[in-house]
Amino acid sequence: MDSEKIFNALNQIKISIDQHKDEIEKLDQEIGDGDHIFNIQRGIDESLKIKNELEHEKPDEVLKKIGIKIMTTVGGSSGALFATLLIGMSKKYNDNLSDPQNIAEMLTEGVEAMKKRGKADIGEKTMLDVLIPVSIELQKLSDQDNIKSIAEKIKEAAEKGMLSTKDIIATKGRASFLGERAKGHIDPGARSSQLAIEAICNTIINS
Amino acid sequence: MKKFVNNVDEILTESLIGFGDAHDNILEVKLSPDFITRKSKPTNPKVALISGGGSGHEPLHGGFVGHGMLDAACPGQVFSAPTPDQIESAAYHVHSGKGILFIVKNYSGDIMNFEMGADMLDLEHQTIVVNDDVAVEDSTFTTGRRGVAGTMIVEKIVGSLAERGVSLEECKKFGDHVNKMTGSMGVAFTSCTVPAAGKPTFDIGADEMEFGVGIHGEPGRKREKIKTANEITSELMTAILGDLKPENNQEVLLHINGFGGTPLMELYLLFNEAKKILDHNNIKVTRSLVGNYTTSLDMAGGSITITKLDEKIIEHWDSPVHTAALRWGI
Repeated sequence: MDSEKIFNALNQIKISIDQHKDEIEKLDQEIGDGDHIFNIQRGIDESLKIKNELEHEKPDEVLKKIGIKIMTTVGGSSGALFATLLIGMSKKYNDNLSDPQNIAEMLTEGVEAMKKRGKADIGEKTMLDVLIPVSIELQKLSDQDNIKSIAEKIKEAAEKGMLSTKDIIATKGRASFLGERAKGHIDPGARSSQLAIEAICNTIINS
Repeated sequence: MKKFVNNVDEILTESLIGFGDAHDNILEVKLSPDFITRKSKPTNPKVALISGGGSGHEPLHGGFVGHGMLDAACPGQVFSAPTPDQIESAAYHVHSGKGILFIVKNYSGDIMNFEMGADMLDLEHQTIVVNDDVAVEDSTFTTGRRGVAGTMIVEKIVGSLAERGVSLEECKKFGDHVNKMTGSMGVAFTSCTVPAAGKPTFDIGADEMEFGVGIHGEPGRKREKIKTANEITSELMTAILGDLKPENNQEVLLHINGFGGTPLMELYLLFNEAKKILDHNNIKVTRSLVGNYTTSLDMAGGSITITKLDEKIIEHWDSPVHTAALRWGI
């Protein structure tokens, strides 16, 4: 049952990413090299392909296997980082995907692993500018009972983090080669991460 | 987009199969996970050299697999780093007991995927990170300088040393040294078109150039109006020489690299301009290489790479090499 939730969320992420394909591609062409959207789409599509074989697996196993699938099919920075996130998250799962406290622990673990892998932190104009504030916010809210209201606040945190990448210069990733010229552009990895978080939150809010 | 394509998703595989068949006397292409390896394993144990990176830079890196250079290369999707399982499979395939030396261009994706691949190995390994691009300021707090056309020079020179059966540590140390002796910078006149995107990566005016461009068409130092070859070369050389600080009478290797969309005629003109500046500064060009070796798909433009030479570097640059894209002495 919980595993199905993961794939439902993934489907919603796919819809949102596909809808914003041109925008993400354009952001990446401005400060990167334009491959980010194709890597993200390939990762989602390849992960959805293994849905049937993971039908009876537990959520931690599902997250881990999706992580490995992404690691072996996507490439680039985003493949390595999202794989690290999901595999990291799978390590902290304790049998209840509806427990905000457990989700918060999982996300914190995954984001910490990503920070190590990318040798990056908040404020460097990367996807971590969305994922770090989201994991901190979720930790803060995890003792609350109203899951829908948590999801609303997480959505806001993700959006704020994404927008924060606009006015900073990049010190990590491909945009770092640009120096001052990266200012004024939202980071494409931050935008795709925010869209993914938003899609997950919307499935909770609309459930 | 006008390209030779059947199905965009199959471009890489179809190209790799053609590459393998065209050079089946030198190398072999393995698919799923994709890697390119030498046709015949070395007879004596040696440090195995593995490089890799996004596709679209051909002949880098697959074109440099063979005697005197790489043992294997891992091609990723166009402009995207290869995946850790490719790197793991290539390493187990080519190792011969003396360890694995990874040669990685300094791009975040390449660094991370090679690290993850190396983590999966139960073999002794070291990594040389190439960061020859002087267009980007180096810093320990940032991603730092990019690895560009100087990478193949490191691959050639360390490849030769590894062929002698020396230790992993010695190869790693020498590779880091060659990297330090090498500086590059490039300029683009047009954008490249990533096949999956179907349109140019960046817009650039008919009279503009991107100065200090990277090898994916990613922006460089500045966008400006096009100048004469003499003026462009002078600016590039000022940056490279300012970084390398060669001494009077220093011997150098001068490598002019085309990005894929510029004719050789212009690359030789660029060589002429660069050599004039070096002559004027009492720097001796005693080795040279001109051609499309580190490309950015169909991007027009080129880069200048200079390597400061010493006796050992010269010896290993001159030694025999037999790969699809570089062959001499054999």
